[in-house]
Amino acid sequence: MTRYPRWKFFLLMAVLFVCGLYALPNLFPDAPAVQISSAKAGGEVSDSASQRVLRQLDQAGLQHGPGEHIDGGSWLVRFSDNDSQLRARELLAGSLGDEYVVALNLAPTTPGWLRAIGASPMNLGLDLRGGVHFLLQVDMDAVVNQRMEAWAGQIKLALKNEGIRYRDVRQDGQQLRVQFANSEDADSARTLLRNALPEFSLDSDPEQRVLVFNLNPTALKDMQDYAVDQNRTALNNRVNELGVAEPVVQRQGADRIVVQLPGVQDAAQARRILGRTATLEFRLVNQDYPASRAATGVAPPGTEIFPFRGQGDRPVILDRAKIATGDEVTNAQMGFDPQNGTPQVNVSLDSAGARRMQRVTSQNVGNPMAVLFIETKTEMRSRTNENGETEQVPVSTTDRYVINVATIQDTLGSRFRITGLDSPAEASELALLLRAGSLAAPVTIIEERTIGPSLGAENIEAGLKSMALGMVLVLVFMLVWYKVFGIFANVALVGNLLIIVGIMSLIPGATLTLPGIAGIVLTVGMAVDANVLIYERIREELKKGVRPRQAIDEGYAKAFSTILDANITTMIVAVILFSAGTGSVQGFAVTLFIGILSSMFTAIVGTRAMVEMVYGRGARPPAKLSI
Amino acid sequence: MSNKAPFSINFLGIRRVFAALSIILVIGSIGLLATQGLNLGMDFTGGTSVVAKGENEVIIDDVRSALEGTPFEEATVVRYGSPRDISIRVPTLNDMPADQVGPRLTEVVESKLPGLKVLQVEFVGPQVGDELRDESGLALLMALGLMLVYVWFRFTNKFGVATVVALLHDVIIVLGLFSLTRWTFDLTVLAAVLALIGYSLNDSIVVADRIRENFRDTRETDAEKIINGSLNETLSRTINTSFTTLLVLIALFFFGGEVMRAFSEALLVGIAVGTYSSIYVVTNMLFLMKVDKQDFIIPEKKEVDDMP
Repeated sequence: MTRYPRWKFFLLMAVLFVCGLYALPNLFPDAPAVQISSAKAGGEVSDSASQRVLRQLDQAGLQHGPGEHIDGGSWLVRFSDNDSQLRARELLAGSLGDEYVVALNLAPTTPGWLRAIGASPMNLGLDLRGGVHFLLQVDMDAVVNQRMEAWAGQIKLALKNEGIRYRDVRQDGQQLRVQFANSEDADSARTLLRNALPEFSLDSDPEQRVLVFNLNPTALKDMQDYAVDQNRTALNNRVNELGVAEPVVQRQGADRIVVQLPGVQDAAQARRILGRTATLEFRLVNQDYPASRAATGVAPPGTEIFPFRGQGDRPVILDRAKIATGDEVTNAQMGFDPQNGTPQVNVSLDSAGARRMQRVTSQNVGNPMAVLFIETKTEMRSRTNENGETEQVPVSTTDRYVINVATIQDTLGSRFRITGLDSPAEASELALLLRAGSLAAPVTIIEERTIGPSLGAENIEAGLKSMALGMVLVLVFMLVWYKVFGIFANVALVGNLLIIVGIMSLIPGATLTLPGIAGIVLTVGMAVDANVLIYERIREELKKGVRPRQAIDEGYAKAFSTILDANITTMIVAVILFSAGTGSVQGFAVTLFIGILSSMFTAIVGTRAMVEMVYGRGARPPAKLSI
Repeated sequence: MSNKAPFSINFLGIRRVFAALSIILVIGSIGLLATQGLNLGMDFTGGTSVVAKGENEVIIDDVRSALEGTPFEEATVVRYGSPRDISIRVPTLNDMPADQVGPRLTEVVESKLPGLKVLQVEFVGPQVGDELRDESGLALLMALGLMLVYVWFRFTNKFGVATVVALLHDVIIVLGLFSLTRWTFDLTVLAAVLALIGYSLNDSIVVADRIRENFRDTRETDAEKIINGSLNETLSRTINTSFTTLLVLIALFFFGGEVMRAFSEALLVGIAVGTYSSIYVVTNMLFLMKVDKQDFIIPEKKEVDDMP
């Protein structure tokens, strides 16, 4: 080993060892498991609950593991097969009730010492493991309109408090126009409002007696960022409530959110829960005006009129002021009224909400309080745009109705109950939505991919089969064509595969998809290109009569720039593909890129090391090469 | 095999025939793309597709008649891999919210055709489809552009032009084939075309590199002899690499399942065309531009430039 730098051997060994180590967990198949977590955020699974679960499983005669605590306060039981896993979930979801969320999961069977060094199997994409992928569009127009309305209200209030008379406050997109009767009023309003709304730039038109507030681009962006982030958090909470193991909820671009739910088969339930915007408001029923005023449909100042659910002819006049809102709910559980057995939701408020609730109810004992249900529904509707093309646009409609009016018997604190719900299912969904928090803006599903778990398994099989066959064909060809040097190339090819799998397992964000497997298969075919180039050069040199050792040197040296060319062009393409593609195609770009890099390493450094070990050791140079 | 005689095929003898063939194929492909375009997949058009599995063989006509009278009459029903699997594709409908098509179609299929179970639902909103189409077109142009830049740095003008023409030749013919056969062009096929761009250029570069090397190193002045010799020298490499890649693609084609079929089809054709073009298109272009030894004299570097 005199001619070849020793450090390259060590580098080779080190890379192979590390990648091999981190590729190991992929050999241990995941075990089917049921994961139990507390419905309360940050809650733990109590020992008594876990003991109860184990007893129930024993009684049902299901083979199970001892149970273990995992990250995030959840608790998990393994099963030997999918059937007992499914039966266990059904059993436990029924018996544990609302307090706990029961989810199907896959538990890694990686040995402890491998987990201790952070080794874990590759992440599999939804096309390989089954599940649901949603792309949600956040309705930004709704966000803007809502906030603009609030600001318009703020302006009106400020003007009223200062006794400045205005004619009209009009919202026009991202603009608020305040019209005054005379220029004096406009001037004093200008002085008053100049610094009050930093989100706007203020223009005035003295002739027209108008103040124009234009929303700043930064304020708009902040508002949208806030809405998307708020939605992401709420969606994350909802997904957790659904009991999905390892969900992904990520922002994508300016106004989109990706939700991936591995293993979920019931897409219908998922889409219903994700898209709902239901929330509640607690308000006093107005006592200053006779209830008959409601029928006129014109709300007296400071009040609003809402229909009573199911009783369209009995509208209710409510105070505009809210006592508490759904956002202040810290916990909500479905329950049943002990007296008549109707479903109800038991609600806990946070401290701010509870304080207001306490103050208002203590002053209004004997008066009625209403629970107002608010839900925004967004539908895609077709319309014809100015170019005459048909396009689909989201249209939001908001339903507001009173679900319950009750007389305040006593001062209420942080805990109380809501009745007037239609069914236990509605109560439980409302409780879930209140727990998870409301969406800051309505969302619509603009892309959905649901892959059944059996199809995922078929895809894995197809991928592995084609990889195995492709690999064998290439190995045989190289062996037949290049003999001993073919063996070097083949060993390098296997090493290359090991490195790709190792790196894919090491990078936490890398996900293996079906096109990703195709990328690996393709690199298997293309990786030997480097060896073909080198070996053909060596053959040529030998034919010219160059001595074997020198032919090897020449072959590796002369082929290098060509190999580099080939790989750089493909790497450029992989980068472009990664930036342009989505999901599964990105998986192809990732494996292609990693595969190209590692194949350069194994095909050049790896085979050279083997060539030197076989042909470079003897005291005398080899007389003949098996190539 | 180390003592095998060198190849001595007269590639250039029939180069004019192949030049004509290439020109016809490229013009034909452009014509097809211009007149009937590509059969774009759901990724790019938006719409909904459902894959369902039956207990026994599913008769396509049964599925079609089951969909009659439903809002999904316009659906395309095709076999999806095995005789038990079918795929139903519905375009974006005007009178139904786009995200409702999947659930309703699933309901119709499973209720009207007992035994059929929906395994996969894919819905792409029209706006997402439009965006993906724009982005993909951009990616294709960007890939070609960057290859151009790379070649620009790598070669003298004539060789750069020759390899880029070969590259465009390959991509246009593959796209033309997809247009002709109406095979679905979706995101995975785009991935295949991009991979082909990298591969095709690589193939041409290997040949072009050798031609350049031989122009510099030999005393021979006849361009035709030099080029023909270079082609023979690189022939076994050209064939071997293409062959190993074709081997894995054949494996993917037969065993990779329905998702990978179009991907492997695109690359199988692409690599065959790419191998051919690295031999004939590159050389034909070089002859067309009258390449000679003068093009390869390495200019002496001027230490001082012309700037005042």
